[in-house]
Amino acid sequence: MSDEEVAWQRLSPRLIPVHLSWLVAPVVTGAGTLIGTGGKVNLQALITLVSFTIAFAIVAGVNLMRFLTTGYRITDQRLELRSGLLFRSRRSIPLDRIRSADITARPLYRVFGLASVSIGAAAHGGSANRKLSLDGVPRAQAAELRQDLLNRRAALLADPGTAAGFDESAPIAELQRSWLRYAPLTIWGVGGLFAVLGISYRTLHEMQIDPLKLGIVHDLVHAFTSVPLWLGILALLLAVAALGTLGAVGLYIEGWSGFRLEREDGGILRVRRGLLIHRSVSIEERRLRGIELVEPMLLRWGGGARLHAIASGLGSAEENRTRGALMPPAPRAEVLRVAADVLGEQESPTGLAPLRPHPRAALRRRINRGLMVTALATALFAVPAIWLPGGWRTGFLTTAGITAAVLLPAVSLLAMDAYRTLGHGMSGGYLIARSGTFAHRTVALRREGVIGLTVSRSFFQRRAGLLTLTATTAAGSGGYHVRDLATEEGLAFAEEAVPGLLTPFLERHN
Amino acid sequence: MLVVGALYLLIPPARFVFGWIFLAVALPGIAYMAVMPLWRYRVHRWETTDQAVYTATGWLWQKWRVAPLSRIQTVDTVRGPLEQLFGLSGIKVTTASASGDLKIRGIDHRKALDVVEHLTQATQATPGDAT
Repeated sequence: MSDEEVAWQRLSPRLIPVHLSWLVAPVVTGAGTLIGTGGKVNLQALITLVSFTIAFAIVAGVNLMRFLTTGYRITDQRLELRSGLLFRSRRSIPLDRIRSADITARPLYRVFGLASVSIGAAAHGGSANRKLSLDGVPRAQAAELRQDLLNRRAALLADPGTAAGFDESAPIAELQRSWLRYAPLTIWGVGGLFAVLGISYRTLHEMQIDPLKLGIVHDLVHAFTSVPLWLGILALLLAVAALGTLGAVGLYIEGWSGFRLEREDGGILRVRRGLLIHRSVSIEERRLRGIELVEPMLLRWGGGARLHAIASGLGSAEENRTRGALMPPAPRAEVLRVAADVLGEQESPTGLAPLRPHPRAALRRRINRGLMVTALATALFAVPAIWLPGGWRTGFLTTAGITAAVLLPAVSLLAMDAYRTLGHGMSGGYLIARSGTFAHRTVALRREGVIGLTVSRSFFQRRAGLLTLTATTAAGSGGYHVRDLATEEGLAFAEEAVPGLLTPFLERHN
Repeated sequence: MLVVGALYLLIPPARFVFGWIFLAVALPGIAYMAVMPLWRYRVHRWETTDQAVYTATGWLWQKWRVAPLSRIQTVDTVRGPLEQLFGLSGIKVTTASASGDLKIRGIDHRKALDVVEHLTQATQATPGDAT
């Protein structure tokens, strides 16, 4: 079969309604405004509406044009994609360079039975990645395409035994309903809540509606001002916490419904998850360099943890975060079991030998950092007090005092905890490093995956006789730190981790 | 500094403001120029062996970087106008890691060519994609 004989295939025509749906938003807002204002639209609102419509029409048009001009085909040797109207581009990837084929299905795509396949490939020589995206193929075809691509790749890699279809054995991990109890512990802060409030306020304001005059808001403000201040603040805090919890649970369900981690033939780990947006991520085991165990404060107190893969070829830092996730927040023991299974070990390397502690100077650095934060926060109130008149001054000084009194024990505890968390070690073929203040992170990195070492010492570290050792790798964030080691010990550890690499550049004093 | 100085000279009514801004910019700038280059010159070192490339850089924050030759992917030379004027050259060695670039700045141009030659050959001699 020569390259010319394979016909070009198109994306699904069902994309047309999907793209046209961009026009729904301006039509609905237009109608809403007309109804809301009783048909008397003023000039400002009109201009806003028209520019809104034009912008969305352009997006829809560009998408439609892309649909019309995109074609793809798979030949014996390569995957080819052509697209573009003004700038015609034709891209091809040799099948044996394909590293991953991920399937994503956004809600609207799923309504029309569509999915996107994004294919990652290694550019010549390593880390740089190229991505092709077939945006909008029928869902069944997407799954077929993915399997087909991975099969052909396995076949081309001259490993005939691995080219056969699915491995029907039990998955490594599946979502348990009881894990949902960890969801409230993943509150990511109230920042998102305020962003949502801000955006809705602005939108309403643009449409000439003053949110403060709306009935519900008015009642709320009235209720807040009619009760004592402390009760109001308490109620507000509770409301924010409740909304945050609700949001966290919602995100958990959206992100992790139907979660399934399995090992497929051809040495591929496959993660499938998502409620509204279906995601399917494939990670080649060959590209796996280690794992990262993440324990944010709340989750840790609840006995839970998350798991990330450290693998090359996952893409940018952002993609590494989303695509590298191997386990949802789940019981720590379960996460450790999965970590061991994924790495092909008996037990997770992160849990084996007790890690070596770091010198006391590291504790002093952490306490100093905490004191700095406390001093700055206190100064924020204490310094303006100098110029303020009597009554105000007392108020500000009291606030400064309270800030210091609250922060001091808090930062001391955090510093102690951060110091106790610090640890490093070697376990079998893995380099282990643990650190973290709010979220504890334990990294287990395969030693043969370390492709360089960096020793960095800030001014204060040099005075304290400390150094930070960074193992650079082609995977994940590119470098993993072992923070605040004693100088001698750190260099010895570096030599132990990658024997011979540092040796020619060291001088021994004894 | 030049911009603020020019503004000081050109807009007499605002001399008071620009005078102070000029001082606020100039004093730290001069202190920086007096300290940083010498300090950096004392710290910066580099070495290549048959196994690895080594660099030491920085002043307040100092870094020692090592990369084995077997993991090197590309070797570039970088010469800015000033470096050309002084017959200097810079070398950038990249590995497969997102945070693993080694930079050797300001070494003799002919020396740099030799180093690049040496590193390129060592890199070609290694099979695999260096990850």
